[in-house]
Amino acid sequence: MTVREKLRQKISAGFYWHGLLCASYPVPIILFTAVCILTCCYPLLKLPLPGTGPVEFTTGVRDYMVPPQEPSGDPGERPDWYRGPPVAYIQQVLVKAAVSPWDNRLVPVDAFRSPLGRVFSLLDEIRNHVHSDSSGVRSLEALCLQVTDLLPGLRRMQALLPEHGCLLVSPGNYWQNQRELFDSDPDLLRTVQQYEPKGLHTSATLKDLLFGVHGKQTGVSLNSRNRVVTYTITMALRHYDVRFLGSLRSRLKQLHPSANCSLREEHMVHVHFKEEIGVAELIPLVTTYIILFAYIYFSTRKIDMVKSKWGLALAAVVTVLSSLLMSVGLCTLFGLTPTLNGGEIFPYLVVVIGLENVLVLTKSVVSTPVDLEVKLRIAQGLSNESWSIMKNMATELCIILIGYFTLVPAIQEFCLFAVVGLVSDFFLQMLFFTTVLSIDIRRMELADLNRRLPAEAGMPPAKPGPLRPRETPPPPRPSPHTITLQTPAFRNLRLPKRLRVVYFLARTRLAQRIIMAGTVIWIGILLYTDPAGLRTYLAAQVSEQSPLGGAGLPHLAVAPATPPPELDPMPPPIPQISWGPEDEEGWRRLSYRHWPSFFSYYNITLAKRYISILPVIPVTFHVTPREALETRHPQDTRHAPPLQTDPSPNALPHGAPVQTDLTLYKVAALGLAAGVLLVLLLFCLYRLLCPRNYGQNGVQHGRRRRGDLPCDDYGYSPPVSEISPLLLRGHNMDIECLASDGMLLASCCLAGQIRVWDAQTGDCLTVIPNHGRNQGKSSAVTDLETLGGAEGQDAGGAGYPVRRRAAPSRPTLFGDQPDLTALIDTSFGQQPPSQAPSASSGFDFGGLVERAYLEHEPSVSPVFSAPPPQPVQRRRSLGDQPMAPTDWDSAVWALELRGNLIAAGRSSGKLEVCLWDAVEGSLRCSNEDGVSGITALAFLNNRIVAARLNGSLDFFTVDINKPLGLLQYRGGPGRGSMPPSPCYSSDDVISCQLTRSVQCAHQKPITVLRAAAGRVVTGSQDHTVRVYRLEDSCCLFTLQGHSGGITAIYIDQTMVLASGGQDGAICLWDVLTGSRVSHVYGHRGDVTSLVCTTSCVISSGLDDLICIWDRSTGIKLYSIQQVLGCGASFGVISDSLLVTGGQGCVSFWDLNFGDLLQTVYLGASSEGQGVRQLVVLDNAAIVCDFGSELSLVYVPSVLEKLD
Amino acid sequence: MMTLVSAVLSGVYLSLFRRGLVLFAVGVLLALVLNLLQVQRNVTLFPDQVVATLFSSAWWVPLCCGSAAAVVGLLYPCIDRHLGEPHKFKREWASVMRCIAVFVGINHASAKLDFANNVQLSLTLAALSLGLWWTFDRSRSGFGLGITIAFLATIVTQLLVYNGVYQYTSPDFLYVRSWLPCIFFSGGVTVGNIGRQLAMVNVEKSHND
Repeated sequence: MTVREKLRQKISAGFYWHGLLCASYPVPIILFTAVCILTCCYPLLKLPLPGTGPVEFTTGVRDYMVPPQEPSGDPGERPDWYRGPPVAYIQQVLVKAAVSPWDNRLVPVDAFRSPLGRVFSLLDEIRNHVHSDSSGVRSLEALCLQVTDLLPGLRRMQALLPEHGCLLVSPGNYWQNQRELFDSDPDLLRTVQQYEPKGLHTSATLKDLLFGVHGKQTGVSLNSRNRVVTYTITMALRHYDVRFLGSLRSRLKQLHPSANCSLREEHMVHVHFKEEIGVAELIPLVTTYIILFAYIYFSTRKIDMVKSKWGLALAAVVTVLSSLLMSVGLCTLFGLTPTLNGGEIFPYLVVVIGLENVLVLTKSVVSTPVDLEVKLRIAQGLSNESWSIMKNMATELCIILIGYFTLVPAIQEFCLFAVVGLVSDFFLQMLFFTTVLSIDIRRMELADLNRRLPAEAGMPPAKPGPLRPRETPPPPRPSPHTITLQTPAFRNLRLPKRLRVVYFLARTRLAQRIIMAGTVIWIGILLYTDPAGLRTYLAAQVSEQSPLGGAGLPHLAVAPATPPPELDPMPPPIPQISWGPEDEEGWRRLSYRHWPSFFSYYNITLAKRYISILPVIPVTFHVTPREALETRHPQDTRHAPPLQTDPSPNALPHGAPVQTDLTLYKVAALGLAAGVLLVLLLFCLYRLLCPRNYGQNGVQHGRRRRGDLPCDDYGYSPPVSEISPLLLRGHNMDIECLASDGMLLASCCLAGQIRVWDAQTGDCLTVIPNHGRNQGKSSAVTDLETLGGAEGQDAGGAGYPVRRRAAPSRPTLFGDQPDLTALIDTSFGQQPPSQAPSASSGFDFGGLVERAYLEHEPSVSPVFSAPPPQPVQRRRSLGDQPMAPTDWDSAVWALELRGNLIAAGRSSGKLEVCLWDAVEGSLRCSNEDGVSGITALAFLNNRIVAARLNGSLDFFTVDINKPLGLLQYRGGPGRGSMPPSPCYSSDDVISCQLTRSVQCAHQKPITVLRAAAGRVVTGSQDHTVRVYRLEDSCCLFTLQGHSGGITAIYIDQTMVLASGGQDGAICLWDVLTGSRVSHVYGHRGDVTSLVCTTSCVISSGLDDLICIWDRSTGIKLYSIQQVLGCGASFGVISDSLLVTGGQGCVSFWDLNFGDLLQTVYLGASSEGQGVRQLVVLDNAAIVCDFGSELSLVYVPSVLEKLD
Repeated sequence: MMTLVSAVLSGVYLSLFRRGLVLFAVGVLLALVLNLLQVQRNVTLFPDQVVATLFSSAWWVPLCCGSAAAVVGLLYPCIDRHLGEPHKFKREWASVMRCIAVFVGINHASAKLDFANNVQLSLTLAALSLGLWWTFDRSRSGFGLGITIAFLATIVTQLLVYNGVYQYTSPDFLYVRSWLPCIFFSGGVTVGNIGRQLAMVNVEKSHND
């Protein structure tokens, strides 16, 4: 264990120094790494380029020897595959035959019927050729390549290809090499064409195979231009016997002499075939690559909180790729030649090496405290993850080592590459990626500085954000998912993903371009490969239309199509058989898959092997017209009429258009089908991508229109669906505390006045005044006002015009309240509530308020007939406990409401907990045991927990002197659907006793206190969170993990505990075990508020950002930029509805997408006041403070829409 | 309230259906691709007909695989939920993609590599499958379900081959190849991984509509 710890420390320290180094000298290190990569990749230049095309090697025929099996001396000349005997020697007999002279009596079929018929006699000739000399008698049977069965899948071709015998093919195979079948075949062309594949084909066809020349050269068609038929007899020989072949050659030449034949029969060509990659083989390959790209995409998507996501993602990919290249290069350098198919194992190598380390590094560095120097951040991030990185690497190396001992060569080679790749990947991560990361972090901090400065000046920053894939020009922000909420006028929607995809497509015109390019390629392929040949048609057209028969023009026009020599501009009336140099190697025109597919029919692979092609034997036939007429089949003449009437070359366009028309129709039909498919596809895309809810857009539109206008422009009329807030007015000062139990709402202002409201209707039920020096007057007024409020003594209406727009439902209820806004020191109003303790010194409003009430006095004079002390007396008589004279001049720091009891914690040294009857406003009991101010209160069941400034924690029990069974449950009039809450009738005796006080719960002041699910959780400035059991106030856990004071805690009934601290970190804890579930850094500065839903965690910070995190993975989903000072005000209404406070407005967001749903403006002139507190009630209403007013907003319409 | 309940229910079933559909598609795709790999083991060069026959003759293989994938992929999160131990290990799409890649790699190895004997091949593949489970799953339920799937699927293939529906070129484990259970096991784990991830995404987004 100690060794491990030591090792761990050493590794950590090493990484730390390395991080410092990398961040200190980024440029030299990157240069060094680049040099390393290039050096390691240099050996790759020697490797042959990948390609599957066949390779040729030419030797002379005369001194040909079968190459030895072992590589011999002169390696420079011979390729390394030229070893051992070839698979086969290919001997082709090239036959050119024509009916000459051409006669007008002949029909087009005659041009090839009798020439083709000659093949049978020639075949007999070849088969029966016997060469005998001193060494013995040799025939073709002895020398040729004997083949067995065809592959089982090729039953269709069984009749056509030879089986169990010599591999000898010729056009005669169409008729089973029987002259009788040929003679009785009524339609030769159909016989030939019926085996042709339909549609697009790139490989060898049967016609090519049997004819042995390219399909267009054969001349077996009705519209052949020069009526010369060309075909070959192809034989594959096992052994090369120069004498037999020589005698065959001379015999055939002698029998069928070729005039003007100048073929040089000197060279034999050896063709080596690489391993074939067919479509079928490509599919798995493509699949693995698709998976690989998906993996890279999903991995790099997790990079967050950096300046340039794309840059870092690119760096990560570069790291992995160059480490692979380095591994191949290094292996080559040390003499290991890769034998595996590189393209195939590449994805697996990437997956094995992985992008995880890079991501872990990024996350770790990003999570370091932001206030540190960049160097230190990098170093800390590295050293934090050093152990896990080393551990992972060791594990992977071990696994690969195990793989190495499987002793399977392929696996061993893979493992070797993987090991070298892993090591070089580690090297690159440490040097390259870390440095890039440090540069990025530095850039981000600079950008952050730039962003912060204008933001504090109240100006939206105006830097261009080039990486933002958005349609509307948004203000720039640090993270791509941040939503700026700068001012209402600048609010922007975060577009749904599907819309962003559409916008991206629209902006780049990607779809159109792809479709265009695809169409062009497709048409090109169609044109090029169509056997009927637009190409030949075009060539014919061009030559037709050039009356001069000029040499240059047609050749220019058909240049890429390698015009055959027979294609003379003016077809000769007498077919001429000419031999040119291009006939020497006619097989070159064939598809390069011709030979592999030829042999594959017999399950012979040519992959990584070679064949030797011997020079062709030319044979010429001249058929007289009489012979042609004799061999004519009776049905041949039915093709005649169109041509016989016009046998001159002018007749040719008749034949050609028929075919080209067919081709055109085919193209047109295919195009139509493709178009229909495209339309359907687009329709589906439209249905998928288009928002289904158009009403939502309407709302957004209306809101934005509203946002563009100045807020106090009354020309605007809200749309029908606009939510109108209900203003609850009555407080004189800014509201400090808010508490609610769903039915009732208690609020406390800076003046110490507590008001209780009905959360449903907005009625003010009770006013509990502050018992300051002016307690007599103000309490009397407010008390009596409560009683007589219904009479509506509208006294202040004349003298003090109501400035704010009253809520329509209750215009006059609070009209009697004197308007004190003029007296309020506005600078005091700016003070954020989170610094409430600073207000504890007290601000004496007494004088001001008194003066205001004195001015107000005449109109309410009847009320003042009662002597000032009376209310206090009355309260004393009601409360059964004697109340000691206390210093009431203290602020309420914490407020809790349960049932109809209000618990308030005060800042004063003595009185800590007081309970009021919420309905009657009477003080039921108080407890003054504590000495330190109460900073937080929790009221759960019948217990009250109070946290104090000195770090102690007090547990109180509220006892009612009445059996529990007799507790009434309050079902309010007209609110039957609401859950009942316990109610204490006014004559019950309520006592509040301190059951336990934990003196040193924390070393420093307790800042937050939350209670739920029988647990009390406290967070303190001493960086710890403690969990107590509510029943016995026993401390269960002390959770450590923050590096700053705790500022926010969330716990709910499902025992989810989240805490946020001054370090900007958010921790999720398991309450049952006390272990930390996840830990993320999300904010610059304190985390001010935290809420968890079932799927995400929502946090807000002093940086005025609201971040939404995925709860299970800890990935930041997006963030919302808030108005300055309103950062902490947000609430979650349902699992998918978030509400945030802004400058005089509240905004509703779709939590899942981050879409702004609606913004509700609380008042007309609301510029200066931001919503600082926001409480979500059970009945889908929210209450927010709004200066000295409360605003009650119902959100039923949004909920309906979401359901 | 009723509308809410019905909406939630329909949402659940809809998501179930969608998940099933996605899993089915994944299964069909994987079956086609991996079948092709297996075909390649016997045939080195392809006449053009092979691709055509692959899609036409054994049409029921991808369908069966797709249905099986849907069932397994839905079963995994379901069992997780019933056992009350939600799968939290490496729950992200990148990991799922890695898992699929490794699974394809295992198939690739089984089809392409030349081993000295079948025992070695089977042992290597078994080790690879276990490694796959350890790297991407590490849950007992996943292991158990994978074993069950491998067992059942092997029996089914044995029966199929016994009844002559199709056959293996060189059977060494009754009627099938001995590496078949390993492939089934890793396939089960992979599909379960996908299913769990889909379920998680669905839970996250179940309140969208």
